[in-house]
Amino acid sequence: MEEQRTRKYVWEFPVRLTHWINALSILALSFTGLYIGMPFIHATSPDQYIMGWMRLVHFIAAYTFMMSIIIRSYWSLMGNRYASFKIFFPFSIRKLGDMLEELKFYLLISRKPPSITGHTALGGLTMLIVWVIFIFEIISGFALYSVTHSGAVWTILGGWLVGIMYLPTIRLYHHLLMYVILAFTLVHIYIVWYSTSSEKNGLMASILSGYKFVTGKEQDI
Amino acid sequence: MKSSSDDVLHEMTETLESLAKKGVSRRDFMKFCTGMAALLALPASFIPKIAEAVTGGKKPILVWLEYQDCAGDTEALLRVTKPTVGQLILDILSVDYHETIMAPSGFQAEKSLRDVVENHKGNYLVVVEGSIPMKDDGVYCCIGGRSAVDLAREVCGNALATIAVGTCATYGGIPAASPNPTGAVGVKEAVPNATVINLPGCPANAENISATIVHYLTFGKLPSTDKLGRPYFAYGKRIHDNCERRGHFDAGQFARQWGDEGHRQGWCLYEMGCKGPETFHNCPTIKYNEGTSWPVQAGHGCIGCSEPSFWDTMSPFYKRLPKVPGFGVESTADKVGAGLAAATAAGILAHGIGRAIKPRKEEGGE
Ligand code: SF4
Repeated sequence: MEEQRTRKYVWEFPVRLTHWINALSILALSFTGLYIGMPFIHATSPDQYIMGWMRLVHFIAAYTFMMSIIIRSYWSLMGNRYASFKIFFPFSIRKLGDMLEELKFYLLISRKPPSITGHTALGGLTMLIVWVIFIFEIISGFALYSVTHSGAVWTILGGWLVGIMYLPTIRLYHHLLMYVILAFTLVHIYIVWYSTSSEKNGLMASILSGYKFVTGKEQDI
Repeated sequence: MKSSSDDVLHEMTETLESLAKKGVSRRDFMKFCTGMAALLALPASFIPKIAEAVTGGKKPILVWLEYQDCAGDTEALLRVTKPTVGQLILDILSVDYHETIMAPSGFQAEKSLRDVVENHKGNYLVVVEGSIPMKDDGVYCCIGGRSAVDLAREVCGNALATIAVGTCATYGGIPAASPNPTGAVGVKEAVPNATVINLPGCPANAENISATIVHYLTFGKLPSTDKLGRPYFAYGKRIHDNCERRGHFDAGQFARQWGDEGHRQGWCLYEMGCKGPETFHNCPTIKYNEGTSWPVQAGHGCIGCSEPSFWDTMSPFYKRLPKVPGFGVESTADKVGAGLAAATAAGILAHGIGRAIKPRKEEGGE
């Protein structure tokens, strides 16, 4: 028998907004970044400015992404319990146990879906890793940018990394981690779809509306 | 009694006469001084000061040491087709010891080096070419029975200043490439207490060596350096930002294969692995061999030879990015990335299929 589900407001506006800014800027950054690393469109006349535009879009998207990350971090402190980054650190005994159950579910060993209103334990841990990568991408990006933009701002945002890592190495990891983010994106979309279709919890639409459909028996956070 | 300005004039005339005997005219000499002023970004009013300084009475003593090297920097300085920079500088200095070109050998050679260190302590300049091996007490490079590191500590440690020329002497260079069998390092790392200025490059540009010495003669001190010990006048700008092909880069016009249309048109060498975007050097403006050409002008991408991470992070030379550590010889970042994407897609697919074929229990059956 289907359980009765009710509408519950989970994702507040800043959470949804930054989610989509992140999504769009990651898309733009990956596309232009791939071009900058490996130019796949070639100019037919010298008055074109393809690399120039790609770099401009990359830099604008980079600033946008950084701002979005800052806003989201701020909202972690100000928003509701589902916005908090506490779930990024699911290292309590209880959460570790949940994580194990969840792994069993995704590996098709058990059939008990994780039952939680906000992020699951495994989801939280994944977000921690993804956020570390986000922050490395921002720092390494500004490190590369600082090479031609001398100024305290860029030194603080990333220039300091040049003293620790060699430029080609920074460039290599900046590039490689893009692929990791793209792989995460694929898995993220798949899991959301999987959860939505197997639990009828409205997760997919909730990132637009903010509302999930809950049974009331879920763990809250 | 003559005044001191008469002295200077007299010495200048003498030097110019001796240069004239070697085929360097007064005009050549002024061209040299003007060139040096331009290279050091000094205003024209400094040209007479430079002329005065380099022809002035004091002939600084210089010793030139070679360790794990190919003598390429020596070659670069000496093999000029007409008597210019290199010879001028060698005339201005008193080169008391230079393994490749000095007349004495054996005991006599060792003695001249010892004499300099003992008699001119704290007053002579050293040029070091080649890296210094540190592994196994430095046994991999010995001269006259003493290890390079031992000699460098004594000679550079007692010098007024050391000019490390070439990438080997500055950051270890090719001998320090992985797996660095001899534990090769640059001078500053081997002798941390020495005053060292780094002029990396493979070879270091003779013009930059001269300008550094001229700066010292004119101002009595070495030019200001960045945190890697390189003088700003030569290493303050990135190759990519001063490159004559930069317009093609911004436009999106790239050579994609050696000898293709783009390559023949002189388009940007970025896709051929040019390391101009990560290399700081004045090659595009000063060029090599008396301003004749430089790698990118000749149609080959920059290989980043003057950067501290050369060779390891600058190879493969014809790829944009270095190899991915731990992924074997042929791995490029994009191959690893494509592999990751494929693995992710395969994982998702496997999961989807797994779920589809696994019979589901009735809802609420758990
Ligand atoms: S040839 Fe090299 S240095 Fe010149 S613009 Fe292209 S990438 Fe930059």
